[in-house]
Amino acid sequence: MTAYLKLDHIDKTFRRGAVESEVLKDINLDIAKGEVISIIGHSGCGKSTLLNLIAGLTQVTSGGVLLEDREVNAPGPERAVVFQNHSLLPWLTVYENVALAVNKVFGGVKTRAERNAWIMHNLDLVQMTHARDKRPAEISGGMKQRVGIARALAMEPKILLLDEPFGALDALTRAHLQDSVMQIQAALKNTMIMITHDVDEAVLLSDRIVMMTNGPSATIGEVLTVALSRPRMRLDLVADPAYLAAREAVLKFLYERHRFVEAA
Amino acid sequence: MSIAAMKTDTTTPAQALAPAKAAKTLQARLTARLGLMLRAAAVAVIPPLITLAVLLMIWQIGFGRPGATLPPPTQVWKEAKDLILDPFFVNGPQDIGLGWRVLTSLQRVLIGFSLSAVVGVLMGAVVGQSIWAMRGLDPIFQVLRTVPPLAWLPIALAAFRDSSPSAIFVIFITSIWPVLINTAVGVRNIPQDYRNVAQVLRLNQVEFFFKIMAPSAAPYIFTGLRIGIGLSWLSIVAAEMLTGGVGIGFFIWDAWNSSRLPDIVVALVYIGVVGFVLDRIVAALGSLITRGAAAN
Repeated sequence: MTAYLKLDHIDKTFRRGAVESEVLKDINLDIAKGEVISIIGHSGCGKSTLLNLIAGLTQVTSGGVLLEDREVNAPGPERAVVFQNHSLLPWLTVYENVALAVNKVFGGVKTRAERNAWIMHNLDLVQMTHARDKRPAEISGGMKQRVGIARALAMEPKILLLDEPFGALDALTRAHLQDSVMQIQAALKNTMIMITHDVDEAVLLSDRIVMMTNGPSATIGEVLTVALSRPRMRLDLVADPAYLAAREAVLKFLYERHRFVEAA
Repeated sequence: MSIAAMKTDTTTPAQALAPAKAAKTLQARLTARLGLMLRAAAVAVIPPLITLAVLLMIWQIGFGRPGATLPPPTQVWKEAKDLILDPFFVNGPQDIGLGWRVLTSLQRVLIGFSLSAVVGVLMGAVVGQSIWAMRGLDPIFQVLRTVPPLAWLPIALAAFRDSSPSAIFVIFITSIWPVLINTAVGVRNIPQDYRNVAQVLRLNQVEFFFKIMAPSAAPYIFTGLRIGIGLSWLSIVAAEMLTGGVGIGFFIWDAWNSSRLPDIVVALVYIGVVGFVLDRIVAALGSLITRGAAAN
């Protein structure tokens, strides 16, 4: 069986004049269709660089990213990104922000009415139809991120890439959004790769957790399979031994074996 | 009066106080609002009027004595009264009100400025997008933008061999630089996030220009346009020294040649007021259009 998304011996080196810094070294990972993967690691370990490589926003130095056996070397809507700081265009309304994506991706395929219905459907998925005519400056941070997710989902991506999507939100809003994402994923069976630095978030949401070693020359230290059945309920999991074991494994990796030296 | 006062005093709170109070507060609010507006208007208008009066007085005292080199305000009023009071009279092909002249000049400025706005924004977009275009062109722009309007005159005349396109060229070449340079800075400052969104959506160059670049750089572009319209109005006298005809710039040149100093003074005031209005129009347009982009 070939993997849906394959990261094959990826190295990434940034050059600035004569200075070279190797950020990622020998990254290998196979991801199946419909799988939810979290990438966790201390800051500066190249998590975001890895996501940008998959998105095609940055080019690999050697190795390759293969989606359905085809090499990825440019960005495209089949690998939609939910950016950390939402990246909504402030001069467009909520509706227009999603419409920009829908009109571009489905401009030739769907009729005007179908596109409108599709935009509203995606806003409905993230419960944002009520704010369709508001501008990003007029809605809260959590709402902006919801719209960002709607915009990404509306592209009908093969893979949904989330770059610390809930990092800038308060704990309550974050929990709400995590639940929303879980529900949407359960319904649509998206393949997702999510960058995070929140251990609970990683365990709660993912099928597998990819733990990165510290940079420079960061690589995948361990991959933990989270053996929890879905749907997962936040409250039920609090005392679940499997949940606690997974949580402990990630914490041990991050704070025992790969302690962040600069933070110590 | 005292009866009315008595009546209000004697009504019980439960009966009439609520509606009376509502009416009273509404009236009070309106009066207060009107008062505030009047006050704001007074604050805006009275200080410049006082300054103007003081300046006119100094001018009158300074140049009022016989043998003064410039005409005092009273003489300007006496000799150029027709120009001040009626901007739109027509007494013959060359004897027309300054309003007509300003309109002719405005037409010329608008052609030159529109050209420089379009070319400036497009070239600014290229310079802002491409690091090599910037390295190659920016130093040249920085040198060219310091050349005064008058210095372009002979070059323009030699190139076009006709006064009308030369005048428009002078306006164009004077006002294009701030538009171009500000657009380039605005484009260079487009957040990487927006560029990433455009890349993920695979927007092509044209879509990127209209959907991302123009709205994102709009505040910068309008700053450039505002400086540009000011400069193009500044170059009107230089431009109209060539074209002759009925423009306000040529009027000044003509008045100087026939020693009508009071007329020049009036023309200067016209030019100043029109320039001020142009500046405000572009500024208002800018704040109207960039409403969304500014609020991030």
